Amino acid sequence: MSATTPAVQAWPARAVSDVAVITRRNLLHFLRLPEVLVLSASMPVIFILMFTYVFGGAITGALPPAAAGRYVNWLLPGLLAQFALFGGAGTASGLAEDLTRGVVDRFRSLPMTGAAVLAGRTLSDLVRSTLTLTLMVAVGFGIGFRSQTGFGGLLAALAVGLVFGYAWSWVMALLGLLVRSAEAVQAAVYLVVFPLAFTSSVFVPTQTMPAWLQPFATNQPVTVATNALRGLVLGQGALPPGRTVAGQVVLALMWAIAVTAVFAPLAVRTYRRTVS
Amino acid sequence: MDDAIVEVERLVKVFKGKVRALDGLSLAVKPGSVYGLLGPNGAGKTTLIRILSTLLPPDGGTARVTGVDVRTDPARVRARIGLAGQSAAVDEVLTGRENVELVGRLYGLPRRQARQHASQVLERIRLADAADRQVRTYSGGMRRRLDLAASLVGRPRVLFLDEPTAGLDPASRRDLWTLIGWLVDTGTTVLLTTQYLEEADRLADRIAVIDHGRLVGEGTGDQLKDRVGGAVLELTVPESDRVRTFQALRGVGGQAPTDDQDHGRIVLPAPDGARTLTEALRRLDTADVTPEDVTLRKPTLDEVFLALTGHLATPTGSGHDPVDAADRHGQQQPEGAAR
Repeated sequence: MSATTPAVQAWPARAVSDVAVITRRNLLHFLRLPEVLVLSASMPVIFILMFTYVFGGAITGALPPAAAGRYVNWLLPGLLAQFALFGGAGTASGLAEDLTRGVVDRFRSLPMTGAAVLAGRTLSDLVRSTLTLTLMVAVGFGIGFRSQTGFGGLLAALAVGLVFGYAWSWVMALLGLLVRSAEAVQAAVYLVVFPLAFTSSVFVPTQTMPAWLQPFATNQPVTVATNALRGLVLGQGALPPGRTVAGQVVLALMWAIAVTAVFAPLAVRTYRRTVS
Repeated sequence: MDDAIVEVERLVKVFKGKVRALDGLSLAVKPGSVYGLLGPNGAGKTTLIRILSTLLPPDGGTARVTGVDVRTDPARVRARIGLAGQSAAVDEVLTGRENVELVGRLYGLPRRQARQHASQVLERIRLADAADRQVRTYSGGMRRRLDLAASLVGRPRVLFLDEPTAGLDPASRRDLWTLIGWLVDTGTTVLLTTQYLEEADRLADRIAVIDHGRLVGEGTGDQLKDRVGGAVLELTVPESDRVRTFQALRGVGGQAPTDDQDHGRIVLPAPDGARTLTEALRRLDTADVTPEDVTLRKPTLDEVFLALTGHLATPTGSGHDPVDAADRHGQQQPEGAAR
C-alpha cells in the first residue's frame, strides 16, 4: 500500500460531494431503521386525530367562517407548521449520537468540508419532513380536510412549511452539539418545540389567550408560519384582522432566513470546536 | 531531527485555564516506525493525539505532521493522516463496506476509487467475509478492525491510534497487534498510545513515557529497561516459607524485596545480576528455604515506569480497565474552554 495523497477535487464540487455522501448515509438510516420512521410519523397522525376529535367540538364555534365549519381545516395547516419545526429533531439526536460515539472526531480528522456533516443532517431531515407532511395531508384529507384554495395553495403551504422547518433544523443542530447526550437532547427539542407550538395559533386563535401572552403569541415565529400556511390553504378570511396572506408568507420566509443566518454559522462554529 | 515525520516541540495544552494536560512536551517520530506513547490515565496521551490529528488547537509550542504545522494548515494535515480513536467510530446501521467507502469518499476519493480502496483494505484487515453485514452484528474486535480499516482507506502517511486495543479480549488484541505490525511493513508511520506496557514493548520501535503531560523517558524498550539498571530476581517459595524468605533476603541487592501477590512471587532488584542471584540463594540455603522457582530477568516496563516517575503506571490489582476516566473527563473540557 503506497502512501499517496488521494486526488483532491476543487472546493465547490468537493463540498457538494461531501454533503451528498453524508446525506446518503443518514437516508440509509431511515431505510434500515423503518421502525424509527414509522414511530416518528405516528406522532403527527395522532396529533391530527386527537385534536380533531377531542377538541374539535369545543373549538369549532370560535373559528372564522373560512374554516368552513371544520376544525381539521383550521388545525391541519398549524400542525404542518409545528411538525415542520419538529422535523429537525433528527438532526439534534443524530449529531448527539455521532458525538458520543466518536464519529464526529473521525469526521473532523478527515479532509472534508466540516459544514457538510451538519448540512447532510439538516437535508436528510428535510427529506423526512417532506414525507411526514405529505402523510399528514393525506390523513387530514381522509377525515375531512379540504384546501379552500385548491391544490396550488396546498403545495405553496407545504413549501413554506418545509422552508420554515429547514431553517429551524439549524437550531436543532446547535442543540445536538451543545447537549451531546442522545437522551437529554430529546427533552431539549421538546422544550423548544412544544412551548412555541402551544403559545401559537396552531391549535386556537391567539385572540382567546390572556392579554399578557397575546403580544408574544400573535407575533412569535410559529404563529407567523401557521398564519402563512393557513392563509395559503383557507384564504384571507382565516387570518386575524390586519394580517394578509402575502404579508404572513413573506414574514415567515424572513423568519426562516433570519434563523438560518444566525444559527447555521453558530452551529458550524460549534462543530469545528467540538471534540467528543 | 530533520527527517522526523511527526515533530512536537514544547507543546502545551491547558484545559479550563488550569489543568496542564500537556506541559512542554517534545518528541520526534521517524518515518516508517511505530512510536508508542506510554502513560497512565490522564497523562496527556489522548490530548497529544487530538492535537496532532487537528481536533484540538495547542495553547503553546508547535506540532508538525509530515512537515505541516497542525495549527496553520490543518486541512493539509488531515489529507495525510488517519485516526482511530478510543471507541470504534463506526456506523452501526451501515455495513462494514459502506463504512469504509464513506470515509474513503470523505477523503476526497472518487466513488470508484473509494470502492476499490475499501475492498483492498477490508481484504487485508480480514473483514472481507463480513463486509456486507451491518456493523451492529459485529463483535468488539471486528469493530476495532473496521475502525482501523476506515482510518486506512485514505492511505495515510501517518496513522494515529489512540489505545487501539483497550477493552479487547487477549485474542483480539494479539490479532490487532499483527495487523499493526503489517502496517509498518507497508511504510505507514504509526503513533499509538497505550496503557499496556506489554503492548508498547511488543509493538513500538521507540517508546515515550509520559506522565502529567511531560516526557519522563524516551528510547527503545531495551534502553528504557537499562535505565532501571541491571536485572530483577523473581522467586517463588512455599507459602509457609514466605516470612523467612523476606527475612533472609534483607540487605541483599541493596533494595528490600517486594511482594508480588498477584503472581505469588517475591521480586528483588538485582543490580549485580548473577552475583546477586548467588548471594540470594546462599542466604536462602542458610535459612533452610528451598525456592520452587527462580528467575533472573530484565525489568518490565512497569518497573521502568516506577523508576522514572516514582509511581506505578497501573494501580496494582486494578485489572485492565479500558475506560480512561481521567481522559474522558478531559475530553469534556476543550469545548467548554473554547466557548
